[in-house]
Amino acid sequence: MTLTADTSRGTARGTARRWREQLLSGGSWTVLALLVLVLAVIVVINPSFAEPVSLMAFAKKAAPLVVLAIGQYFVIVSGEFDLSVGSLVGAQVVIAARLMDGDEALTWPVVGLMLVFGLLVGLVNGLVTTLLRVPSFITTLGMMLVLFGAIRLWTGGAPTGALSESFRVLGRKGFPDVPGQFQVPYALLVALVVVGLAVLLMRRPFGRTLVAVGDNAVAAAYSGASVWWLRTRAFLLSSFLATVAAVLIGGFAGVTAQVGQGLEFMAITAVVLGGVALGGGRGTVVAAMVGALTLEALFTLFNQLALPSTVRPAVQGVILIVAVAYAARRRRT
Amino acid sequence: MRSTRALLASAAAGTLLLLTACTTDTPTEEAPSTETSAAQEAPADSGAESEWFVQADYDRELAQRDVEPEGPADEPWLQAIEPEWVDTADFAGEDGAGESGDKTLCFSNASVSNPWRVTGWITMQQQVEVLQEEGVIGEFRVSDAADDDNKQISDIQAFVEAGDCDAIVISPSTTATLTPAVEAACESGKPVIVFDRGVNTDCMVTFIHPIGGYAYGAVGAEFLAENLDPGSTVLALRILPGVDVLEHRWAAADKIFSESDLEVVGVEFTGGDGAKIKDLVTQYLQRGEVDGIWMDAGDGSVAAVEAFEDAGQPYPVFVGEDEMSFLRKWDETGMTAIGNVYSNFQWRTPILAAQKIWAGEEVPSEWVLPQAPVTDADLAGFLEANADMPSLHYAKFGGEDLPGYPEAWTDR
Repeated sequence: MTLTADTSRGTARGTARRWREQLLSGGSWTVLALLVLVLAVIVVINPSFAEPVSLMAFAKKAAPLVVLAIGQYFVIVSGEFDLSVGSLVGAQVVIAARLMDGDEALTWPVVGLMLVFGLLVGLVNGLVTTLLRVPSFITTLGMMLVLFGAIRLWTGGAPTGALSESFRVLGRKGFPDVPGQFQVPYALLVALVVVGLAVLLMRRPFGRTLVAVGDNAVAAAYSGASVWWLRTRAFLLSSFLATVAAVLIGGFAGVTAQVGQGLEFMAITAVVLGGVALGGGRGTVVAAMVGALTLEALFTLFNQLALPSTVRPAVQGVILIVAVAYAARRRRT
Repeated sequence: MRSTRALLASAAAGTLLLLTACTTDTPTEEAPSTETSAAQEAPADSGAESEWFVQADYDRELAQRDVEPEGPADEPWLQAIEPEWVDTADFAGEDGAGESGDKTLCFSNASVSNPWRVTGWITMQQQVEVLQEEGVIGEFRVSDAADDDNKQISDIQAFVEAGDCDAIVISPSTTATLTPAVEAACESGKPVIVFDRGVNTDCMVTFIHPIGGYAYGAVGAEFLAENLDPGSTVLALRILPGVDVLEHRWAAADKIFSESDLEVVGVEFTGGDGAKIKDLVTQYLQRGEVDGIWMDAGDGSVAAVEAFEDAGQPYPVFVGEDEMSFLRKWDETGMTAIGNVYSNFQWRTPILAAQKIWAGEEVPSEWVLPQAPVTDADLAGFLEANADMPSLHYAKFGGEDLPGYPEAWTDR
């Protein structure tokens, strides 16, 4: 799928039809249109949302989900799922809080340890899925429960300790560091770097074969691709980015017992909303990012509309189904 | 088609998970629909105009705050407000085990899924150890239901069927669903002790709880009304709807707010999630000033304070809880605040109640424990006493005199 409209030929009417087709195609353009629409509605309801300070606050809040959605994108485009990312984010924040317990000197060693732990989880997810041939739905569902249970066991049920101030800078601060004034959040920069690197990666042979594996693993294998290693690397990327998201989320709001809960469904919904096909083989990184932004914007809209939080899971479920149905509709036609 | 199947399966599974996520024991059938307009029109399913608000209970709880409790002042977990004593001689020395001790105490715990319960659970275990060394308790048998009503019902059944529990302590996960299970436990003839959340029966020997949700909610709302100018704006942050203790907190606060000159700009459910709290408060601050924050529990209160810091706004008048992270933040920032208390030391009381029942001593049929907030005046004392405690510890945990102190609570 391409993000740029081909307007080189055809009349004005043809161009209009092409635009309409692209908007309704269930791909990146649809979700981009939805994002613009949702943001416009928010601004109509609450004009202060359009102010730079508010937009940056929104970017800071949305950045972790963007990072998480991109990690999920790699796995989904290769034809698998990663349901363990929510638990992994929770586990990482709790581990960080307990190990550093507010001690500045331990910040970077603990971040290093988190990265190692994250990659280890990704490696296990990848190898169990590819070499032991356990469906990733099961592997990562199991990993989700294992992480959730292990953390409860380790902490006696609820987190202890505290995150150091320097750990929290990335998720909480920005520059210039004057509260209440316009600032560019570091979280936004992290998300932009992640998006940039992910786009580059998808243009490289790794990215192209990853999509090919998701589309048709057998054909990709015959053409010489190492399917198991490609998919394992996708899981490694997902867990790595979940760790980055954990640093951002922990930084944003500190440690609570609920951190990370339900994030795997947020990430999958975001990716699917971006028109990335479950089952793999179709969709772009940028679409996944736009999907994440749209989902966050929708939740902001729900807040503005004072939609009760008890209804939100139901709405998220409907969005998930509609997005998948939309993507499927395009494939049939 | 592999992809189509995966697609269908995942969509189905996703919906199922999402749907089951919101079907817990919620006494109200419909979801709240008008929280943010609470200031203008009281919603029918939450707050002072809802079925959750019982005027008589409200009046009683508010009055109980000023009643001098009976019992030793330095052991608040043994104090009782307006007790009606019941005779327990029938339970003394029955069941083979004899009066000599070595009783089997069975405890069905709703969960240890939040820091408040974890803190209380440690205190309870320390109290049990003391009685085990004294030879009063032989075996302490525990089932953790992990917030699952069905699991807790079968946990209680298992205790009843085993037949060798000399007393059954129950901390119910929800009110209505657990009532028949508690009744079944009572029918087994063993002494049953219920604490924390209630059930709709009075068959147990004693029901132990702090004064209650109305008093909790009222303390914070009164504090805001006293410390804010008329016309000030208040944002209420609630964890979740449909749990009686939490609904009572909000119902009492809603009543006081509606009688005051404060304007409630919003009532939001947060699930106790720090990220969500911070996001919500930030959004309210974008739309206008917020002068006061009322919370129905302390989880994530620091995230709410940080939202004001990051937005460059002056600190609000804040109603938090006696959780250490909040008390420390309060001290650090010097803001006007109060630390509400849902007495964590109540976790000791059921164990001591079992000891009394086995000894044939009288216990109150409804054991109402004192529930006094942490104020500006005693903040420093609690900070000093709990200096080594982790941030998700509760100041009024009441375990300072137990032998495991302080390691049991610091190294959790």
